[in-house]
Amino acid sequence: MAFLQISDVRKQFAQNVVVKGFDLGIEQGEFISLLGPSGCGKTTVLRMVAGFEDPTAGRIIIDGKDVTPLRPNQRNVGMVFQAYALFPNMTVADNVAFGLKVAKRPDAEIKARVAEMLEMIKLPHLADRYPYQCSGGQQQRVALARALAHKPKVLLLDEPLSALDAKIRVSLREEIRALQRELGITTIFVTHDQEEALSMSDRIVVMNEGRVDQVGSPFEIYNNPATKFVASFVGTLSILKGKVLDPSARRIQIGQHEIVAGRGAINARPGEECTIALRPEAAKLANGQALNGHNKVGGTIEDVHFLGSVVRIKVRVQDNAIALDTFNDPSAVPPERGAPVTVSFTPADVLVLEGA
Amino acid sequence: MNPAQQSKIGAWIAFILGALYFIVPLIGTFEFSLRLKRDEYSFEAYRVVLTDPNFLSSFGYSTLMALITIVIGVVLVVPTAYWIQLRLPKLRPLVEFITLLPLVMPAIIIVFGYLRLYNSSSWIPLTANARSTDLLLAFSYVTLALPYMYRAVETGMRAIDVRTLTEAGEILGAGMPTILMKVIFPNVRVAILSGAFLTFAIVIGEFTMASLLNRPAFGPYLQLIGANRAYEPSALAIIAFLVTWACMGLINVVGSAKQTKRA
Amino acid sequence: MTVTVDTTPPLPAEPGPIPEPFPAARKGFGIGEKAWAWIGVAPFFIFALMFLLIPTVYLVIGAFQDADGNFTLQNLGDLFTPNILAAYWISIKVSVASALLGALIGFFLAYAVVMGGLPAWLRPTLMTFSGVASNFAGLPLAFAFLATLGRTGLVTVLLREVFGFNLYSTGFNLLSFWGLTLTYLYFQIPLMVLIVTPALDGLKKEWREASEILGASTRQYWRMVALPILFPSVLGATLLLFANSFGAIATAYALTGSSLNIVTILLYAQIRGDVLHNQNLGYALALGMILITGLSNGTYIWLRARAERWMR
Repeated sequence: MAFLQISDVRKQFAQNVVVKGFDLGIEQGEFISLLGPSGCGKTTVLRMVAGFEDPTAGRIIIDGKDVTPLRPNQRNVGMVFQAYALFPNMTVADNVAFGLKVAKRPDAEIKARVAEMLEMIKLPHLADRYPYQCSGGQQQRVALARALAHKPKVLLLDEPLSALDAKIRVSLREEIRALQRELGITTIFVTHDQEEALSMSDRIVVMNEGRVDQVGSPFEIYNNPATKFVASFVGTLSILKGKVLDPSARRIQIGQHEIVAGRGAINARPGEECTIALRPEAAKLANGQALNGHNKVGGTIEDVHFLGSVVRIKVRVQDNAIALDTFNDPSAVPPERGAPVTVSFTPADVLVLEGA
Repeated sequence: MNPAQQSKIGAWIAFILGALYFIVPLIGTFEFSLRLKRDEYSFEAYRVVLTDPNFLSSFGYSTLMALITIVIGVVLVVPTAYWIQLRLPKLRPLVEFITLLPLVMPAIIIVFGYLRLYNSSSWIPLTANARSTDLLLAFSYVTLALPYMYRAVETGMRAIDVRTLTEAGEILGAGMPTILMKVIFPNVRVAILSGAFLTFAIVIGEFTMASLLNRPAFGPYLQLIGANRAYEPSALAIIAFLVTWACMGLINVVGSAKQTKRA
Repeated sequence: MTVTVDTTPPLPAEPGPIPEPFPAARKGFGIGEKAWAWIGVAPFFIFALMFLLIPTVYLVIGAFQDADGNFTLQNLGDLFTPNILAAYWISIKVSVASALLGALIGFFLAYAVVMGGLPAWLRPTLMTFSGVASNFAGLPLAFAFLATLGRTGLVTVLLREVFGFNLYSTGFNLLSFWGLTLTYLYFQIPLMVLIVTPALDGLKKEWREASEILGASTRQYWRMVALPILFPSVLGATLLLFANSFGAIATAYALTGSSLNIVTILLYAQIRGDVLHNQNLGYALALGMILITGLSNGTYIWLRARAERWMR
């Protein structure tokens, strides 16, 4: 059995079923992200692991012990909240010491552990400050130290970065991941930000409307989305409408062009409509030298977004729009709007989402 | 039974005991006020009180005083809160201290000071004649109302963006008095009304100041009836309670009317 | 109504002269903006001086003068007669008792409604009622309690006729320390509810959850987190309750006539009829009251400064 086993957990508030069956085993030391839009049930799952919500059905087992009937203060887990829930009446050091104090640990041990934790988050100089004297990023690091000070078995992170500035968010997520690896602590991270989930996790659980849509490594989730929802929620996608020409040869018509779709089941019969998906980084401007065996479609440039290191170009192909990313090339000016272009991509990059 | 249920039962018990303590005196007073006729319950006490010319004149006097108090209070507080918010934020702690002073300074001290400072032989003999004493009474009521009035208006001003509204007015070429009267004032009207009703509730039955300044207000009238009659005071207490309730109800009404308008 | 009876920063009491250099007066105003601002706040400060500060200071000065205006400490010395000391003592006892009980009961009532899991409609009901009851003071309140717990009041009669229990044979008397305290609680408790409810609302759910998941019991949460956070507002409210009943006069006067010797009633009688036969002793009496409220305020400011280091 996994270190943290969540077995067929359901949660219902009055008539509203928020979590419709959640089943997951998490190995010791694993970093798992629960990813999904707001209201998908990810936070409820986390709060059930913490013990703030009682599951309507199912069991939660941590390190071989069934914690389902236990109160949060008996579970030995640590948690970091979205809006830095530091105790405003305590200094940074007292906040970090809180879990040890309520456990009535000896003073010397508390002192040593607090110093160690503050060293770990690189804020020993803030020990005597009050939370209001710290920046958001500092507060969240203190919250992390507080959650880890009493050596919990599981660390729960409830969108801990969403209240922070963009730059701090990136640096803190790297810091959290490094710490988590160093301590080897089993971690569940709830987020609605796919970039955070992709960059930090060992495995991602994509949730939608109370259900698990897909569990997999960031690589799998991004490149092989199991459902249309996962495909559209994780990363940017061009969704194209086409017509199936030959299911067995996997030939599909997009506007005037015929392409081959490499992945995804095609259940539709010839002549029926289908939806395919294409990542922007998979599509390229062909410049007349597209390789053999690549799909080619012609269109006109509708929009050019200069994003810095990347230039995102939107190409109109009759009813469809294809987004494509190219790296910024200082020696080449991006194409003009309205210019005719050919877009090429390999069959393997084309994913059929639904063939019927 | 889990702790949540236990605390819920505790909460119910606390609430019911509290409700009893607050409702029983009201029932007791009402019952008492009906006892004027020996053998039956009647509203005779209310009839006696309401037809007493002294009741009408003292209630009228206190109502007038309350209105004057409200006007003076608004004229004092609104510009002050406005300028503190806009240009003189450094004075805010001082103004807050002054407006909170009447909460801790007993009313009797303040009026005692007036009697000595503004007596008929002083350099500002405000107590020398009835009209100027009325004014002094109104001023003393303004001090009583200051904490509530200032708080209400200040909260109202914080809720709107005074600076932007003022600058918008300036760009459109309005002078300061126009901006204050036409732009700021209407926007804090609800706050002012709340403060006004609260002021009314405080002033209408006030006893200490009116009595020591010897004015024919409702408070001293209540005291007189209380000392000399048996059942009429209960009727008056019920009437006073209803007046207070009406004031609080009106505060809720103007408050929620504003909310619906915004929604 | 938030009550944060606040600190006293030593700022100039008067608007004073208009600060000298006016940065280019804006178009359409004629005079500078700051000048407008000072003119705008001047009436308030003049009013505060004339009708709040100077009258109080006048009494304080008078307390140190004899009938001819010479400096003396005699008036203060004369306060130490059994009669006057007893008046202060009863006033302080009633104020402390009604403030502490009012704060305690009001706190639990607010707690019950905010966090006790009671139906949602109870809360606005309690708040509206508290608004009314906290202002239902003075004479009508005394009438209500006389009609309820007086010798022929409803509760007294019901207890006697129905339960055969004579309330007054237990030594209970509305015109006594406990009678007055019980009556004052009628406006003290609601006032506490009004002040402390927003403070309880300010307790974030995350604080409770954070302490719980760190292993703290409910008791530890209240002792280490919630109560320290609430302390300043509860303290301020209790002080306000104290001042509220210490300065009260109408309720006591109507309840007891002048049979209960509290300091406000003594001062009232002195102002009306010079019962102490010494004008300046009246000033000293007032000074004593100012000192007591001032002292309680000072204590509050000191305690709050200690308790509030974690606040901006």
